[in-house]
Amino acid sequence: MDYGLQAWMLMSASLVLLMTTPGLALFYGGMSRSKSVLNMMMMSFSAVGVIGIVYVLWGWSMSYGSEDVALLFNNPFETFGLNGVEGAGYLSVGFQLTFAVITAALISGAVADRLKFSAWLLFIPLWVTLSYFPLAHMVWGGGFLSGVQNGLADLVFSGDGGAAVAPIDYAGGTVVHINAGVAGLVLAILLGRRLGFGKEPIRPHSLPLTMIGAGLLWFGWFGFNVGSWVPGDLTGDEAGAYWLAESSLVWLNTTVATCAAMMGWLLVEKIRDGKATSLGAASGVVAGLVAITPACGALSPVGSIILGAVAGAVCALAVGLKYKLGYDDSLDVVGVHLVGGLVGTVGIGFLAVSGGLFYGGGIRQLVVQVLVALFAVLWSAVATLVVGLAVKAILGLRVAEEDEVEGIDFADHGESAYDMSGTTGSTSRRPSVLTESTATKEGANA
Amino acid sequence: MKLVTAVIKPHKWEDVREALETFGVAGMTVSEVSGYGRQKGHTEVYRGAEYDIALVPKIRLEIVVEDADTDDVVEIIVKTAQTGRIGDGKVWVQPVDSVVRVRTGDRDEAAL
Repeated sequence: MDYGLQAWMLMSASLVLLMTTPGLALFYGGMSRSKSVLNMMMMSFSAVGVIGIVYVLWGWSMSYGSEDVALLFNNPFETFGLNGVEGAGYLSVGFQLTFAVITAALISGAVADRLKFSAWLLFIPLWVTLSYFPLAHMVWGGGFLSGVQNGLADLVFSGDGGAAVAPIDYAGGTVVHINAGVAGLVLAILLGRRLGFGKEPIRPHSLPLTMIGAGLLWFGWFGFNVGSWVPGDLTGDEAGAYWLAESSLVWLNTTVATCAAMMGWLLVEKIRDGKATSLGAASGVVAGLVAITPACGALSPVGSIILGAVAGAVCALAVGLKYKLGYDDSLDVVGVHLVGGLVGTVGIGFLAVSGGLFYGGGIRQLVVQVLVALFAVLWSAVATLVVGLAVKAILGLRVAEEDEVEGIDFADHGESAYDMSGTTGSTSRRPSVLTESTATKEGANA
Repeated sequence: MKLVTAVIKPHKWEDVREALETFGVAGMTVSEVSGYGRQKGHTEVYRGAEYDIALVPKIRLEIVVEDADTDDVVEIIVKTAQTGRIGDGKVWVQPVDSVVRVRTGDRDEAAL
């Protein structure tokens, strides 16, 4: 691989890390209440701290290697502690590490305000071990959900004499988004609803933070998707030419799908609620990024616009499900990541330029995509249930009722996000109304 | 002397202050408050979920005035803060027994 391409991979890994800290932390933190914003941001930060280490110890070895176990995972001890990995091999480890980190962090949106911090710290390493690393191996490491012999696609279509159809998941529709979405759903159900859920207003405390977070996620996502190319056996100029063509398409698809999803979400809001909201724009951005993640290498730019618009509109409708069904997926990990991940993964079956139903490719790719998505849902649900019940038995999941009402920030971290008193210390804050008096009348009215 | 307390819409505060200053009111206490009246707050929609927000942000002015000025001050506040729409606020007047200026010890009207 060319040195320039390796430098891009280092940059991509860094961009994906930016998605979690501070992108996701801000996106979720702004949507939290002011009494639990620090806990929410700490769940993202601690996901980096915990999963970063776990990945080096056994995560890489469980995901990639030559000692496959039943097509489900790789031997965790083959390269335990990266024994046997060297030189530029660390590059792939670093890039994949950041994916495991953000997948775990994504789950935190479902458990706002009420999950013990200690329970979170125990849950995430167990969860990535049982759910993320195996799914990463199955999809990208030559396991059951790749195009491998005796894999899911091969088993379904081996008898019909047609060409083999490999499942498509470019950058993590199943491994990252369906996986985190299902985990969020299961954990939210195990944990129970927040006090006052569906009755009292539980509003985002700072939408500007959420918008900044969504913007950083979008920017970081270029590392996530555009860094997910695989050179195969290509080297030198051949690899460079392939990379340039592929990454140009992936960058554009990632961008336009996100544009369409934002507008799709806002359109649903305008029709349904009467107003297009900033939270809707931020949510639509993320829904579009989620949906295009598995599809960004397989679609045309126009196909990406269609996929994004559908994802934005469908996710805008899906976030209402929790009130109908009664589960408290606090910040809509299910409505955005599970539903968006499903739209993207299944949408490939319709919109893939090569093999998609709308492009005359028949239904084989579509069937494979649906089956792969269902298998990922099932795997993640069982793994999350096992880990969630284990953590519940060991530590308990939920903070005391009093702590939940007073705020988990103070209960679990001993801190408050904002000094609202204005009377503590010599640096007391002036009432903002007095600062506004120097503004123009138009400014004060705005 | 009277204490005039007014709860008004935040974007009207600057107009009210200017009008009162022109009239000759020398000072006031201003605070950001929240509350509700007959309109019972408003609704906000987040990701399609509609919430009734009971408390609406308002500005509270507290002004101590001489008895003779009371009606004028109340009228200026009402006239300036009025938009005619729901949520314009309230003004009320209470008697004040005494006032002391902390710096000089001046009492009552001399302290205003």
